[in-house]
Amino acid sequence: MNIFLVLTFSGVALGAIYFLAASGLSLIYGLMDVLNFAHGLFMTLGAYAGYEIATRLPTSLGAPTLVILAIIGATLFGGLAAGVTELILIRPLYGKPISQILITIGLDLAVVGLLMGGFGSTALQIPVPLWLVEPTHLGGLFLPNANFLAIGAGVIVLIGLELFLALTRYGIIIRAGVENREMVRALGIDVGRAFTLVFVIGGAMAGLGGILYTIVFSGDLVSPNQGDSLLIFAFIVVVIGGLGSIRGSAVAALTVGLLQQYTSFYIGGHSGWAQIGDLSTVLLLAVVLELRPRGLFGRVA
Amino acid sequence: MRRPSPRAGLVVGAVFLGLFIVLPFIGLHVPWVLPGTLDIVNSTGTLEVLALCFMFAGIAVGYDMMFGYTGLMSLGPVLYFAVGTYVFDIALTHWEWPLFPSLLLTFGVSLILAVVLGAIALRVHGIAFAMVTLAFAQAFYFLVESNPHNLTGGDTGLSLSYTRLPSILSGAVSNTRNLYWIALAFLVVAYLIVWLVTESVTGHVFVAIRENELRLDVLGVRPYRFKMVSFVVSSLIATGGGIVYILVIGTAVPSVVASTTVTLSILIMVVLGGAGTRWGAVVGAVVYIYLQQYLDKVGAEPSFTRLPAVLRVPLSEPQFLLGALFVLFVFFAPGGIASLVLRRRLNRASAATLLSVFKKS
Repeated sequence: MNIFLVLTFSGVALGAIYFLAASGLSLIYGLMDVLNFAHGLFMTLGAYAGYEIATRLPTSLGAPTLVILAIIGATLFGGLAAGVTELILIRPLYGKPISQILITIGLDLAVVGLLMGGFGSTALQIPVPLWLVEPTHLGGLFLPNANFLAIGAGVIVLIGLELFLALTRYGIIIRAGVENREMVRALGIDVGRAFTLVFVIGGAMAGLGGILYTIVFSGDLVSPNQGDSLLIFAFIVVVIGGLGSIRGSAVAALTVGLLQQYTSFYIGGHSGWAQIGDLSTVLLLAVVLELRPRGLFGRVA
Repeated sequence: MRRPSPRAGLVVGAVFLGLFIVLPFIGLHVPWVLPGTLDIVNSTGTLEVLALCFMFAGIAVGYDMMFGYTGLMSLGPVLYFAVGTYVFDIALTHWEWPLFPSLLLTFGVSLILAVVLGAIALRVHGIAFAMVTLAFAQAFYFLVESNPHNLTGGDTGLSLSYTRLPSILSGAVSNTRNLYWIALAFLVVAYLIVWLVTESVTGHVFVAIRENELRLDVLGVRPYRFKMVSFVVSSLIATGGGIVYILVIGTAVPSVVASTTVTLSILIMVVLGGAGTRWGAVVGAVVYIYLQQYLDKVGAEPSFTRLPAVLRVPLSEPQFLLGALFVLFVFFAPGGIASLVLRRRLNRASAATLLSVFKKS
């Protein structure tokens, strides 16, 4: 029973990171019809920005301050990278969705190649404060502290994003654009600015997700391909949740995170088949597509 | 889209084919064109690189039929390629089956997988189709990596045992030219299949699906069955490529034969050469593999290590250069090399429609 609760806890943490990656992907697709292949790259760039901050700044600042700065820096850098990508590469190709996908594939390959050249293919270690590695003793359970960080970030971003979409002017434009882009444009509203904004928000969430994945699940290691392997799961979450739906992404991210943790422990742990957790997410995708091709919260096509 | 007259294409194709058939007998020394030790055209190394070119060209032509002609952007061709390498490898190495039953099994498994997974993936359109095919391919990667029943060898991979193969195909260096011819034959067969299908009525329906799937549905033609045919035939060609790969290279490693990188390479080859033109895919594959080999060798040259890091790091990373080249092509020549060659003949309107396939989804 205790193991079940601990697995649930880390499954929710994993789900939070999937949500950070998938919600941006889903918004970008919903508003702009762009399958952003460079989303994994934004995660990786966020993690590397965090690595640079945590290792370049003087250690006299203290490990807790450094890790907080690294997380903030990763978020900002992810947003910046995505914004620049949108303005320079995506914007000139509006109305050509295939070219937009292809350009993000090329960008991903090129920049990951640069990272391999500049930082090496081997993983780099981010220094983190001890309390992030230690567990908290709670009602007879030992819960890893890093998991709290991921869950907290996921909840804050979910609430923030929902409020932003519900209450602000740009949030309303984005929601309207997801429903019917042409109508919004016909009403004389500049959708282009909303496009850039969605990319910046998505990129920032990806950067945050990238550094959190490094801290919570990959033993504080940063490597050039980490974002691309996460991207696959983000895609799975987006399709299960329904393209363009934030709430769908949240529910699907939790489901996929939990399923992955349970199956890799209960089935993989006993049979030694470690990849069963990853495989089960694809099986879930196939089942959902058979029953509901539009995903859990997908809009009517 | 108007093409150059079929006769001119046939002549060019026949000349190249004849040249490549006799190439292993020509000990020509070509400096600069091929890097390092590969500058003798019939050396083992060069023949192996060319065999890889032919193999990828065949797969790329098959992919072009699905992506360029039918407008289906699958991100999962690597799945069927990996099925080709692994099933064939396992049948020969672990079960010690003879050649023909192994071939039959490999294509059978590929056919069943393509029909079942295609039926699921084709329930969604456009971008979602791309994501779902990607996820299925990744599932197969997880599967071979997990080494079920010690069949695939996990991360270390599985070497091919040549004992049950005819002696002309054994791994001996003297057999490289036989494997080269097999790869060339695979390309010819793949090209002929794609040619026959795309020029048939079925092929015209493919193009109609790409241009406007809804209109076809309204006219009473079910697009689903045709998309299925395009998907399955393209997948079987990729499986044939996988079989050629394991014969030529002799070992299957998940990160090399089953990862998304292979899919992206195939996609880049087709776009680089020019989607929807058949021969463009062949040219794209050859250019891609050539550049990859060349840049890899040049980046390791001693003269490079003297360059300042700002220049040396990007220039010695083939993945960066190929990615950047691809970005430039998508930006400035979205029709690929084919559109540069045929600039005047190409009908702009149809190229534009091709690029807007995904708008409606």
